[in-house]
This record gives sequence, structure tokens and C-alpha cells, in this order.
Amino acid sequence: MATWPEILAAQEHARAAAQSAEPPAFGYLDKPAAADIEALASEIIPSGDTPGAREAGVVYFIDRALSTFDQGRQGLYRAGLEHADSQRKALFPASQSISGLTSAERVELLRSIERTEFFQLLRDHTICGFLSDPSYGGNRGGVGWQVIGFDNQHQHHPPFGYYDAEEKEGSR
Amino acid sequence: MRAPFKPSETVDFVVIGSGAAGGSVAKELAVAGFSVVVLEQGPYYREKDFTHDEMKFNFNSPLMNDTKVQPQTFRRTEEETAKAQRSVGYGRQVGGGTVHFAANYWRFHELDFNERTIWGEIPGTGFADWPITYAELEPYYTKAEYDVGVSGLAGANPFEGPRSKPYPLPPMPVKSSGVLFERGAKKLGLHPFPAPVAVISKDFRGRVACVHCGFCARFGCEVGAKSSSLATVIPMALHTGLCEVRADAYVRKIETGANGRVTGAIYFDKNRKEIFQKARAAVVCANGAETPRLLLMSKSNRFPDGLANSSGLVGKYLMFDVGSTAQAVFEHPLNDYKSIEVTRLIHDYYAADPKRGFYGGAGIDARFNSNPLLFGLRGMPRDMPQWGAEFKQNLGEYFTRSMTSMSHATCLPLEGNSISLDPELKDAWGLPSMRVTFKLHPDDVKNQHFILARQREILEAAGAKKVWDNGVWDVSGSVHLMGTCRMGNDPVKSVTDKYNRAHDVPNLFIVDGSSFVTSGRQQPTGTIQALAYRAADFIAKSAKAGAV
Repeated sequence: MATWPEILAAQEHARAAAQSAEPPAFGYLDKPAAADIEALASEIIPSGDTPGAREAGVVYFIDRALSTFDQGRQGLYRAGLEHADSQRKALFPASQSISGLTSAERVELLRSIERTEFFQLLRDHTICGFLSDPSYGGNRGGVGWQVIGFDNQHQHHPPFGYYDAEEKEGSR
Repeated sequence: MRAPFKPSETVDFVVIGSGAAGGSVAKELAVAGFSVVVLEQGPYYREKDFTHDEMKFNFNSPLMNDTKVQPQTFRRTEEETAKAQRSVGYGRQVGGGTVHFAANYWRFHELDFNERTIWGEIPGTGFADWPITYAELEPYYTKAEYDVGVSGLAGANPFEGPRSKPYPLPPMPVKSSGVLFERGAKKLGLHPFPAPVAVISKDFRGRVACVHCGFCARFGCEVGAKSSSLATVIPMALHTGLCEVRADAYVRKIETGANGRVTGAIYFDKNRKEIFQKARAAVVCANGAETPRLLLMSKSNRFPDGLANSSGLVGKYLMFDVGSTAQAVFEHPLNDYKSIEVTRLIHDYYAADPKRGFYGGAGIDARFNSNPLLFGLRGMPRDMPQWGAEFKQNLGEYFTRSMTSMSHATCLPLEGNSISLDPELKDAWGLPSMRVTFKLHPDDVKNQHFILARQREILEAAGAKKVWDNGVWDVSGSVHLMGTCRMGNDPVKSVTDKYNRAHDVPNLFIVDGSSFVTSGRQQPTGTIQALAYRAADFIAKSAKAGAV
């Protein structure tokens, strides 16, 4: 993973983007690559009753990672996406792009690359983009935290959970 | 003489390292009226530098050593050629490991100090009694607990040695993991008790009580409620006006004169300029890995094998942080990501029992040791989906409803396990990298399997819906670093005497995890700090009597 100064640079990058009224621009990814990555990330953490990778803006996190603290992994993404695209052509010859696949097709595609280093990185980046501090560009509005039930307060008070509350009740 | 000092001024003591040991020694010596310069490798952070940013503090943490600039090598046995690999981790800033530690603060038991006598010989190991007893150390445990602020309940652990005073602060509020663990343990006839922790449960000596933010282990405390050296003994030391803490001061050599006495320490400052700080005596508190490395680097004509190393034992008998982990999920939310990590423990399996067929023992805790991101990446059981719709749904259930139990187990001292200087690899300052050699004793492995089964029993008895673990493996790294300059009465078999004075050098003291003769059941910080208070007491008295 990245070093602290690189991570600080990524946060600065993200803050600048967040303050801008324009939709955030990509720093490293071109639009087709961004669309493919978002399509794959949205199967790793799908949308549904609750927000997923797409709503959390995971692709923006990944773009910032690749243009700042994870620059060293650009090559892995490039090669990984090429490989995924060749898998797409083999599995779904009639399709045009990864982002154009149906959800079920994308899941099948991901299963075919599940054991690759690229998939592991994409999976970890997607989770990072879903659950890290929003200043990194993902987890917009803290939606990832809401999905897993994390209450982002700077202080908490006991009782914290069901069982310690129950114990407190019982000891009265 | 008042701080700050010039390097050319001969101060009474140079203290190398500012963690649990270095901070306490500096404070005690400065309070006793001595001039002290503390040299700390890492930076000087303030509370405002500490945040909840998981990307920053969970991976390549700025609070720990960075192997990009200080690479390490690792091998299993002395016959192998070590390969570049991160192995040992330690706090690298003013306050050392106490800044980011989980703040577990157990005392060792009486048996930890004379277990060789109790158990007998273990062939092929350096298993030995300590040169001191629990009773000799007890007053210093108490002093440390009252200086830094430790929360706990005296008398609640039926296996603990006698205490001269209760804890200065009541235990932290129990979390759901603690309640469940206590239920399970009691069902099995065990004796759970509130975890003693170096976190203040109430306002204490001008510091505010813990706000239960949940970013405790791996993070620095932004309100100063964690009783780190940074928040406690360092400010006390500075308050005397006799102590100066120099951050970003990376010591490369302890210098000795023709008479074999320490004359000071040579360090690189922030700009990599070499500076020689003159001192009448040195106290090395650089942790169980950096302390032996520094001694081995401090070669001279008089000490060709490294300083204080006539025994050849500097760096030997390295002991690691050994323990097993089990996890469980329950029906209702625990929300255990809040507050400190650990609130309940058992010491029922602390003592070794010949009936088990191997040597070993452990303490077992109830905790939650993830933050949202860490849990997302690695928290789900390996037999369940790691991505996709089901993963997302499970994550929503497991993050709030699961808990962890960790055990903290014995690690036998083996002469072949060591810190040495790598013959090839250098760090960014051109200094020899540390080479780590480590392999578990078979009893350490058997003990962990036994303890892991006990952890699973407790979680099941607590009513878990599912219990899982990742097994036991031969560890290749550690953040508890012990044993590499063991204390003892025999200069042939130990590096320091029972007061932490180097057998070979009268004005050199070595106090930190390296002093340990055995590993206890891990959680070494309280014992490191007690040893530091005891050594400082002896050093101050000796110096006043002109005997240093």
C-alpha cells in the first residue's frame, strides 16, 4: 500500500475535486476504462435496496488511487482490464464492452478472473472506495458506512450494543 | 543545567527511545534531578495529528517503522539466507508503541518470574527463571499504573499476584463482546474479569476520560485518554525543565571511551547530519529489536562483537507475539466497533499444566479489532462469499454483530531466534538492516491449538450463531519484541544484571522488552514499564551515590 505523504496528496486531490461545482473529472482513467471499472465494481458491491459501489463513487476513489498513492499499479489495471475484455469477447462474442454487459454476464465474467491479481486488487480497491474516509473520493456521503451499520460519531456512549444494554437493564 | 542542552554539554543521561520504557526512565531520572536527553528515531506527533483515517493508519502506518526506508530481512533458521521481508513492527515516534497500542495492561503473574523452577527444564530452549520476583517488581507496577492511569478492577482476577493498591481508575464500561464472553466463560466454570487497560475511564491528572470513539489500537488517541508515554510520562519529564526530547534523532552508535565506559551517543538528525551527544551514562530503551541492533552496531576495538555482548547473547532469545484468534457472530447488534478493543479476559489457562502434554499457557480476551474498512477487507469468514450481493448483505450483518477473541500465549526463548545485522542489506542511512531469525518451538504450536479450542468453546457457550477461525501458523513477524538482551545474575548467560545494568559496561543500562527472560503471556507493556520504573529507581540511587 501507499505511504503517508502519497495518501495526503490523494486526499488533497479529492478535497479539491469535492469543492468544485463541476462533476469530478478523472485524473488517470479514460472514460471507457472508467465505465468498465465502475461496471465491475458495481458487481463486487452491487446496488439494490441500499447503495452500492456505484452510488458510493468507488470509481472516483480508484481513479485517485491510480493517479496518486497507487500509481505503481496503473500497469496492473491496464493489463487486467485488457485481460477482462478478452474474457468478455470469449464468453459473450456478441457484446461490445464490459460496461454494456448485463449484470449476470458481468458476474460470470468476474468469476472467470476471480483468481487473478487484478481481481484481488479491484476487489480491495472497491471495498476501500466504499468504506474509507469520504475525503478519498469514494464512500460519498458516508453511504458505505451506512450500509454496514457504522455510526460515524467522534464519541459514543454506553450501552454500545444489545447485550451490554441487556446486562445493564438486568443489573438494575 | 536546564533543557534544552547542547550536544557538547555532558548531560547526566542520554536515553535512547521514548516509548513505554524510555519515557518512564526519562521522567523518573528528570524528577530525581538529573539532566536527560531523549533521542527518538521517529517524529513528534501531537494529538491534532491523530485522526480516524483508516487508509492512513491501518496500512503502512506513519506511527510505525517503515520498511521502505528501514528494510528488514527474515529467515526461519540460521542455515538459511535471509530474504528482504517485513518482520517486526514497532511504534516509531515520541511515545513509541504506546501511541498506537491496544492499551492492554496486564501484570505478569508470580509464576512468570520463576516458571523454570516450577515447570523444570525444557531441553533445547533457554527457558529460565528471571533474576527478580513478582514481589520485587510489584511496587513499580503500582507506580506505573498510578503515573499513567490504568483502569481495572483489583481482585477480579483470581489468578493474579498480590497488589499493594487497587487500580487508580474503575474498569471501562463493558461492551457486548465482553458481556457475551463473560456469559460463555461462566457457563464453562471459568473466571472472566474486566480487562485492565491503559485508558482512563474517568478524568485523571488533568486528562479527559475516554470518549469511546472506537479508533484505539493502530490509532493515536486524539483526546489523550490513552495512557501513552506521549500523553503521560513525556509531558511529566518535560515539566521538570531537566529533560529534552529530540525527535527525528536516529542513533547509530553508543560511543565508549578507552576505559570501556559510555561517553555518549552518535545520531543522525532530521537532515541526516551526524551529532554526538555527550553523556555520563546511557539508557537504551529502543525496543526488543532496535536495542540489540544498536548494541551490535556499536562495535569498537574494545567491544569487537558489539557493545555489552561478551556473552554473545545480544539479539538472541527473541520472543514474538504469539496467539490464536477466533471470531463469532450473534443474533443481535454488538456494535463492538465502539470504544476500546478489549473489555473482558480470562486467565484460567494462564498457568502451564503438565496434563496437557506440552508447556504453555495463555490469557484469552474478548474484543473487536476492526474498523469499517479493515472489516470490509478481511472481516468475513473465509468460507463465505468475499464479493457480490451476498457479501454486501452479510457485511451489513456481521460488522455490527460479530466479535473476536484473541489469545496471548507463551513463546519459548530459543537461542536460534534472534535479531542480528544483515551482512548485505542497508537502510536509507547506510546502516546495516536488522535480520530476523525466528521459528516457533513445537510446544508453542501445540499450546495455540489447545487455546484456540478453548476460545471456540467459550464463544459457542455464549450462544454464537457461527464461530470461525483461521487456524494456527508459524508466525514470521511480531509487534511484541522480547528477550534479546535478557537479564540475569550470570554474565555468561545474560546481558544485563537484575537492575538492567549491562554486565560489561557500568554506565550502560538496557531497559525494554529486550530485558525479558520469558514471554509471560504477552501484553508486555505493563511489565516493560514496571521494569523501567524499577531500573530508574536503581539508576538514580546509584548515580547519587557516585556508583554509575
